[in-house]
Amino acid sequence: MTPTPSSTASTGSTHALFDDVVRSDSSLRRFLHGLPGVDQVGCEARAAGLGTRSIKTTAKAFAIDLAIRMVDLTTLEGQDTHGKVRALASKAMRPDPADPSCPATAAVCVYPDMVATAKQTLGTSGVNVAAVATAFPSGRAAMDIKLADTRDAVEAGADEIDMVIDRGAFLSGRYLDVFEEIAQVKEACGDAHLKVIFETGELQTYDNVRRASWLAMMAGGHFIKTSTGKVQPAATLPVTLIMLEAVRDFREQTGQMVGVKPAGGIKTTKDAIKYLVMVNEIAGPDWLDPDWFRFGASTLLNDLLMQRTKMTTGRYSGPDYFTLD
Amino acid sequence: MSRIDVRKTYKLYIGGQFPRSESGRSYVVNDAKGRLLANAAQASRKDARDAVVAARAAFGGWSTKTAYNRAQVVYRIAEVLEGRREQFEAELRAAEGISTAKARTYVDAAIDRLVWYAGWADKITQVVGNANPVAGPYFNLSTPEPSGVIAVVAPRGALLGLVSVVAPLIITGNTVVVIASEENPLTAITLGEVMATSDLPGGVVNVLTGSAAEIAPWLASHMDVNGIDLTGIEDATLATELEAAGADNLKRVRRPAPDTDWLAEPGLDRMTRFLETKTVWHPIGV
Amino acid sequence: MSNIFEYAPAPESRAIVDIKPSYGLFIDGEFVDGTGKAFKTVNPATEEVLAEVAEASDADVDAAVKAARRAYTRVWSRMSGSERAKYLYRIARIIQERGRELAVLESIDNGKPIKESRDVDIPVVAAHFFYYAGWADKLKYSGFGETPLGVAGQVIPWNFPLLMLAWKIAPALACGNTVVLKPAETTPLTALLFAEICQQADLPPGVVNIVTGAGDTGRAIVSHPDVDKVAFTGSTDVGKAIARAVAGTNKKVTLELGGKAANIVFDDAPLDQAVEGIVNGIFFNQGHVCCAGSRLLVQESVADEVMERLKRRMATLRVGDPLDKNTDVGAINSAEQLAKIRELSDIGEAEGAERWSAPCDLPANGYWFAPTVFTGVSQAHRIAREEIFGPVLSVLTFRTPSEAIEKANNTPFGLSAGVWTDKGSRILSMANRLRAGVVWANTFNKFDPTSPFGGYKESGYGREGGRHGLEGYLKGEDS
Repeated sequence: MTPTPSSTASTGSTHALFDDVVRSDSSLRRFLHGLPGVDQVGCEARAAGLGTRSIKTTAKAFAIDLAIRMVDLTTLEGQDTHGKVRALASKAMRPDPADPSCPATAAVCVYPDMVATAKQTLGTSGVNVAAVATAFPSGRAAMDIKLADTRDAVEAGADEIDMVIDRGAFLSGRYLDVFEEIAQVKEACGDAHLKVIFETGELQTYDNVRRASWLAMMAGGHFIKTSTGKVQPAATLPVTLIMLEAVRDFREQTGQMVGVKPAGGIKTTKDAIKYLVMVNEIAGPDWLDPDWFRFGASTLLNDLLMQRTKMTTGRYSGPDYFTLD
Repeated sequence: MSRIDVRKTYKLYIGGQFPRSESGRSYVVNDAKGRLLANAAQASRKDARDAVVAARAAFGGWSTKTAYNRAQVVYRIAEVLEGRREQFEAELRAAEGISTAKARTYVDAAIDRLVWYAGWADKITQVVGNANPVAGPYFNLSTPEPSGVIAVVAPRGALLGLVSVVAPLIITGNTVVVIASEENPLTAITLGEVMATSDLPGGVVNVLTGSAAEIAPWLASHMDVNGIDLTGIEDATLATELEAAGADNLKRVRRPAPDTDWLAEPGLDRMTRFLETKTVWHPIGV
Repeated sequence: MSNIFEYAPAPESRAIVDIKPSYGLFIDGEFVDGTGKAFKTVNPATEEVLAEVAEASDADVDAAVKAARRAYTRVWSRMSGSERAKYLYRIARIIQERGRELAVLESIDNGKPIKESRDVDIPVVAAHFFYYAGWADKLKYSGFGETPLGVAGQVIPWNFPLLMLAWKIAPALACGNTVVLKPAETTPLTALLFAEICQQADLPPGVVNIVTGAGDTGRAIVSHPDVDKVAFTGSTDVGKAIARAVAGTNKKVTLELGGKAANIVFDDAPLDQAVEGIVNGIFFNQGHVCCAGSRLLVQESVADEVMERLKRRMATLRVGDPLDKNTDVGAINSAEQLAKIRELSDIGEAEGAERWSAPCDLPANGYWFAPTVFTGVSQAHRIAREEIFGPVLSVLTFRTPSEAIEKANNTPFGLSAGVWTDKGSRILSMANRLRAGVVWANTFNKFDPTSPFGGYKESGYGREGGRHGLEGYLKGEDS
């Protein structure tokens, strides 16, 4: 599984280590298909096993605050308005207005045309603006349009770009096309961080998720992300397990860390804590940081806030006590 | 002046060869009326040891042949036996002092038994194997496999008894060291000749003649023998000793069966007693 | 590894179980005082004495066998299969209802993590009774006839106390036999709670008798002349002694004994799952598993990578309080077993194998052994040949499939084996050539009531579980 280190510097991969791998479609295919396979049942059993960890008291309080700090508070609807985005951005900065000790979320995640509005509200709060780009969610557009979409979002002030890969190209085995697309979008990102969305619900197999993870990491993605939230299933524990193994193994080989973002379908504190346990035990505690792990979610935040209040007050709270933005 | 006939030397049947006992011993075998029939080789513990080595060596190849192939070999034994039936009938009449009709009945039954067992080779797995519906995403299949090298003490009944204990073992892929009936050992060696010319690989069946009381303890305590069939042991104390000796490596044991009606159709038990069930699991996923 | 996400203790409440200061024997539907001495059962995680338990004497065993015979003759063998089934279904349901209580008690008495007793042992126990309940009125389709043997004497080990009880009692009762069962001396409590469950289920008196004690009690059961069937799970040495003891009798015997399973990892294996399988194979239940994958055979081309991944994974195993829901590896069952594990591990080192243990803090009291792996092991090492029955893995390497088979089969045992490879045809070839009763391919240590379990060679004979598991409790059609 270790690629042959290349002595010749060339363009393409961010790591000279992978230059030979990405030299041609066939070498790339050889590499990706040479990665160890994933046994579905074993992988799901491992994820379920980690899901039985019981996180209580101090550990739970730590996990809830960490999870809040990892949320990319998301609205990606056709009905989004500037007003909606402003309200969401306000909530991201002060999730619990009644409790100033409650941390802010990591980012808000919006469509490119809403970036400026979000940026305006967030100002220098430290909460980032993430924009979905590259003809989100299907990714079905010409390359120059995807790049224009990306530049547009970056120019409007996006700190992070969440791109979608061309699943059609991936599933038909045109890995080099996918690789080059990611590399080009990354270039268009400039200083913005790039998250690469696989839409794992469409890739179907864990083997594909592992291959997509390596492809995106070799192409220079800062984060790998499960889903758009528009396709079911979206994020799952076993899919995220595979991606966490991939970033762990990638660091072993390159020394470089890549972040992971499950998105879609994570709604409860209990779910979020299962993910954090998995991060802790699979990738390791270095990833327990908003720089390296995010939740793409909207309703999750209120559940985290309710649980947080329960921890501090000792009684159960209700949805009336939290804002619905 | 009449022609002087050429008499046969009865030796052992080990590893497809017909050696004399390494001990150089033989014993007198008389007919039912007490007249000399022949001298039979009197096997020693070392002959038993050699037979086990031969049986073990044959096990790998025999047990991994296709069931269809084993069926054809055992069927072939029946064919060759049919072709030599007059010889066997004559031997039975001489050795056991039975009527022509009775001898024919036994030979018929022995041939038919071989045919019956031949057909089991590729069916026993279907009858005693199982697909198991486990509560999880796993393929789970149980299949029978031969236990390995089986030592057998054959019952009286020089042909039918012998065939009835050996056929069920080899049809499933076991290899055998059989101690022939001490009183009627000659037919067992003639049967060895049949097996040797029936495409049965050497070592699959090894025939020892001599004293079961002398040889069987060595087989019962032999650590490379996987099972012992005590069918022909008539002395209860000896049977108990042999079973206890077999415990040293946890041999599968078949206890003596003094009242067996060898003409009746057997069940599965002679096969299943020396089969192991192997269960294989595999996840079901994409 | 830093500890920024330190899991707070998450103990399962012990209040759910009510351990009495002393226990008698369960004979003929009642708890009675034994006529022999008493012995103590301790919590191996704390060395706290949990209860005093009666040691059944020969007279007590005789009383139990008599009760079982009476129940067999007068009630159980005459009852229709469908009625027997309903008792077994009842028992299955009560086990489910009292599942948490049984799990906590099992963990306290045995030392196994609550995670395992709660998620594996007890659910499989209930499933086992549920499965065999359904056979009781369908025996004529079993292929083994429908005639019971009579009184079954059953002796079980301490590694899966209630699960082994279920494996013994459920098929015995389904087939119409009555039983006298002896739990292991270090883990009698769940069997005694099971006796209470029999009472709750209104099981006719004498159908199940539980006699506690040690080796002498076991011998009394096995050699009792009115026992028709002996079922034993435990060490190969005791299994051989039983086989000798029953020689010349008409007793039917099934023996489920030791193992030294090879877990074979090829270079094309799904490595992350293989590592999980290795861990599960040898550290599940502290390695107190007869079918444990105690010999890792790894293809040389991936040996370094597998070892690296394995050690990283072992470092995340949480060793400690069995009642903590986050504990992965609990306490060694007894001081005696701990001494044996230590001795064999020391021998491993003395013989030149390289020892590595997962970094973990072991509690001050109780019996503990850190998950340990030996590399540089050869077939000649004692740790590659003898069953350690603890969390100790011996790693050997191989180059070709034939070498793997040769090494895997090069043992007097033959209980289980594992194979890890992505190549389908190779899986089937390996599965065919491995001389073992259970072959787990791309998985390990899976158990199910429908799946027969048992060994080749010195791992014993007979099968437990599935349709095959009925054979040991029926007279058979033609023998």
